[in-house]
Amino acid sequence: MHIVDRRLNPGSKSFANRQRFLRRAKDMVEKAVREASKDRAIGDLESPGEISIPSEGTREPTFRHTQGSRRDLVLPGNKEYVEGDLIERPQGEGEGEGAGGQVGRGDGQEDAFRFILTRDEFLSIFLDDLELPDLAKRRVAQTEKEGLRRAGYTTSGTPANLALHRTLQTSLSRRIALKRPKQQTIDELAQRIEAAALRDSAEAERLRAELKALQQKRARISYLDPIDLRYRRFERFPKPVTQAVMFCLMDVSGSMTEHMKDLAKRFFMLLHVFLTRRYKRVEIVFIRHTDRAGEVDEETFFRSAETGGTMVSSALQEMARVIRERYDPGVWNIYAAQASDGDNLSSDNPLTRELLQNHILPLCQYFAYVEVSGPNAETHGYVPHHGQSSLWITYATLQKENDKFQMRRVSRREHIYSVFRQLFQRRAAKTAEAN
Amino acid sequence: MRGELLFEGKDWDFETIQRVHDAVATIAHKELGLDTFANQIEIITAEQMLDAYASTGMPLFYKHWSFGKRFAQHEGVYRMGLQGLAYEIVINADPCISYIMEENTATMQTLVIAHAAFGHNHFFKHNYQFRQWTDPEGILDYLSFAKTYIANCEERYGHAEVERLLDAAHALMPQGIDRYPRKRPMNLQLEEKREQDRKEERERLYDDLWRTVPGRARGSRQLASDKRRALLGLPQENILYFLEKVAPRLKPWQREVLRIVRLIAQYFYPQQQTKVMNEGCATYCHYRLLGRLHEKGQIGDGSFLEFLTSHTNATRQPFYDSPSYSGINPYALGFDMMRDIERIVREPTEEDRYWFPEIAGTGDAMEVLRHVWANYRDDSFIAQFLSPRLIRNWRLFHVVDDREHPHLEVASIHNERGYRDLRRSLAAQYEVGGYAPDIQIVDVDLAGNRKLVLHHRVRDGKMLELANASMVLGHLANLWGYEVLLQEIDSTNEQVLKEHMVRPEHG
Repeated sequence: MHIVDRRLNPGSKSFANRQRFLRRAKDMVEKAVREASKDRAIGDLESPGEISIPSEGTREPTFRHTQGSRRDLVLPGNKEYVEGDLIERPQGEGEGEGAGGQVGRGDGQEDAFRFILTRDEFLSIFLDDLELPDLAKRRVAQTEKEGLRRAGYTTSGTPANLALHRTLQTSLSRRIALKRPKQQTIDELAQRIEAAALRDSAEAERLRAELKALQQKRARISYLDPIDLRYRRFERFPKPVTQAVMFCLMDVSGSMTEHMKDLAKRFFMLLHVFLTRRYKRVEIVFIRHTDRAGEVDEETFFRSAETGGTMVSSALQEMARVIRERYDPGVWNIYAAQASDGDNLSSDNPLTRELLQNHILPLCQYFAYVEVSGPNAETHGYVPHHGQSSLWITYATLQKENDKFQMRRVSRREHIYSVFRQLFQRRAAKTAEAN
Repeated sequence: MRGELLFEGKDWDFETIQRVHDAVATIAHKELGLDTFANQIEIITAEQMLDAYASTGMPLFYKHWSFGKRFAQHEGVYRMGLQGLAYEIVINADPCISYIMEENTATMQTLVIAHAAFGHNHFFKHNYQFRQWTDPEGILDYLSFAKTYIANCEERYGHAEVERLLDAAHALMPQGIDRYPRKRPMNLQLEEKREQDRKEERERLYDDLWRTVPGRARGSRQLASDKRRALLGLPQENILYFLEKVAPRLKPWQREVLRIVRLIAQYFYPQQQTKVMNEGCATYCHYRLLGRLHEKGQIGDGSFLEFLTSHTNATRQPFYDSPSYSGINPYALGFDMMRDIERIVREPTEEDRYWFPEIAGTGDAMEVLRHVWANYRDDSFIAQFLSPRLIRNWRLFHVVDDREHPHLEVASIHNERGYRDLRRSLAAQYEVGGYAPDIQIVDVDLAGNRKLVLHHRVRDGKMLELANASMVLGHLANLWGYEVLLQEIDSTNEQVLKEHMVRPEHG
């Protein structure tokens, strides 16, 4: 008998099958993910979750019988019946009667198929058709760092990089090419000498000479020669910067209701999830403002309210300061999202515009402005409504001039996703939409 | 004699497994007279068990999305704790491979080894169905060939193309099975001999008189059709075989893939037909083996109780009105019948002597059981060996559900008049013809539009379920490349009840 321990074998043999399954059901899974993400709290977005898809596209049909006109059931556990008894046909037939159980549903809708997507699968489907704006890519390519990667073998190097396998390979081929005598051949010859020495001394003498020649040749051709040595070679290659900083700017003045803050929070969370999937390292800076702005931690950012007027320019100044001090635009990809109800001190508007256009936008990859409004406002997305806020009007001109800047309105929780998607849609799709 | 305990507590290591295997082997071979393939025991994790589930238990299998779907399903219920995993999977190969899970306790490993590595193993090696249809030595090599072949096809012809083909082949898989051995082509020598015999027979029977008798000229058309059907080997119930050999538009690699699916279906065919017997045999074996181990003092009382708990759980049969009833448990029926046969052989009653004159009181239960395990399948086994006593113990009754009557009728119960009917009805439920639709290819219009004609012989008004049937027929038409006509024919009066006509999707 053999015992084989398979526990260390690579697991997830079914991975390839699972991928094929997800590919097969792609459209339905995507739809289901969209649906599921609507109901989910933002914090849960990253946890794995069960989704359910209609079984239509993943059905495996075979020829099956319908129930037919007559069924024979043999059941265990008779207590009261005798031959010839008539039994009322049970309601909800099929249940608990084994063989015929599933037939009733056959023609119509089959049950939905439920299964669990991992976090990665969920997010990659959820964010599948989104991408960072093209601008960001160019930026990434410019700011390069250097990395090392394997690139073949070299004949010189440090002992630590010695490629043993390759070295012995070259040694072996050299020995074969130069016909280095094997130890085995020499041993055999020595034996023949011993045997010959008893019979025929002349023969033995000749063999001894041969042996000597072989031994000399063996000594001349070394087992391992410096020319055999091979080292692993590494080369430097440009590595794009994969770190990003995300600025969350929010108006916390009295006019921002809890509902608006909730919308803003959801938007920021989505942006964060999205960025963490694209960049290895993402830092977040929270800046809140009334008529003064300050950098705060997350808790304070979302929880506490302040009173005061509204000056957006203060937040932009604060952001510029933080960038100056901590985030060198040459090394960091900078993203910013601003949420506000659109109120701003009218005298502040020109300054705000000037700051954004000349100081902030040149440093950023992307700046998204989301205007949140009460749940009763009907519109969302980029549909201007009658009462345009002062900030909206200020920004509207910017949007036309600058690709890095995008703005949207959102009033209801369920619209957050679509607004987010609009902002980060693939460019190709976007231009198609515009046409 | 009291032996040494094989293990104590629940922990085990490889030496324990080896010791247990050897101890069980001694009893199995010397005392029960089991004859098994060599064993290979593989230890796997729960994750790997789930993997194995998804690909029908085989250690290597080609890739297809449906296995991914199955994996997702199993994983879902398992992760939510709704369902435990099987303790073992056993593969009909030589050597016989049993997977056991690392989570199992030492007692469970003993049970699993006795059950799978000896019970199932013996059954695989001896049952005529397995001997006729499976090749335990070659199966793993064949699966590995299949896996590589299909992977290569995916690379060469594209995932979509292969997936479409496999979808179609899987849909027809239940119709890809030979139920009877196919006629082997004769070699030249035999052919010549037959020709010679025929000639002699003709010469012997020759009488010039027949020439003068005016005969009815047989329609040449009828003859042509008969001849054509004979040449194509029609009627043919193995649809995949027919397509592989005859379908005009398939490429060679597509034929090979159909063949792979067909051969794998054939490999699993005996398992469907011997579920009750196979589990009955394995359960009976582990019951005897662990019982003996306990008697010999090789496993402790605690372990024995642990074993009995899971044994009784596995062989539990709820009554029909219990909420947990979900059909007849093959473990329970199989085990009870094996025990019953043992009883009939050892201590028969008058009734047993009347019902089972051949085996009652012959004394050697194992000899009778080994014979049974080798020569029956589920339906014949039940038809032959379900005893009145067992019918009474199980309180079986037979209910007829006729659509035309407002009530269900109890046709028979566990009494003198009912035994034969119950036995026959229960056996009928395990007949292949009972659960698999009888579909045959009957004709091909080769001279005309190459339409493929199939018949479904309808018994008891069991028509084909429409949604599924049209999908399968769509697959079939795509493989065949031309129109396909399926007629549902009442097997009692040869009336055509319904016709399905399907055209292939692309050209």
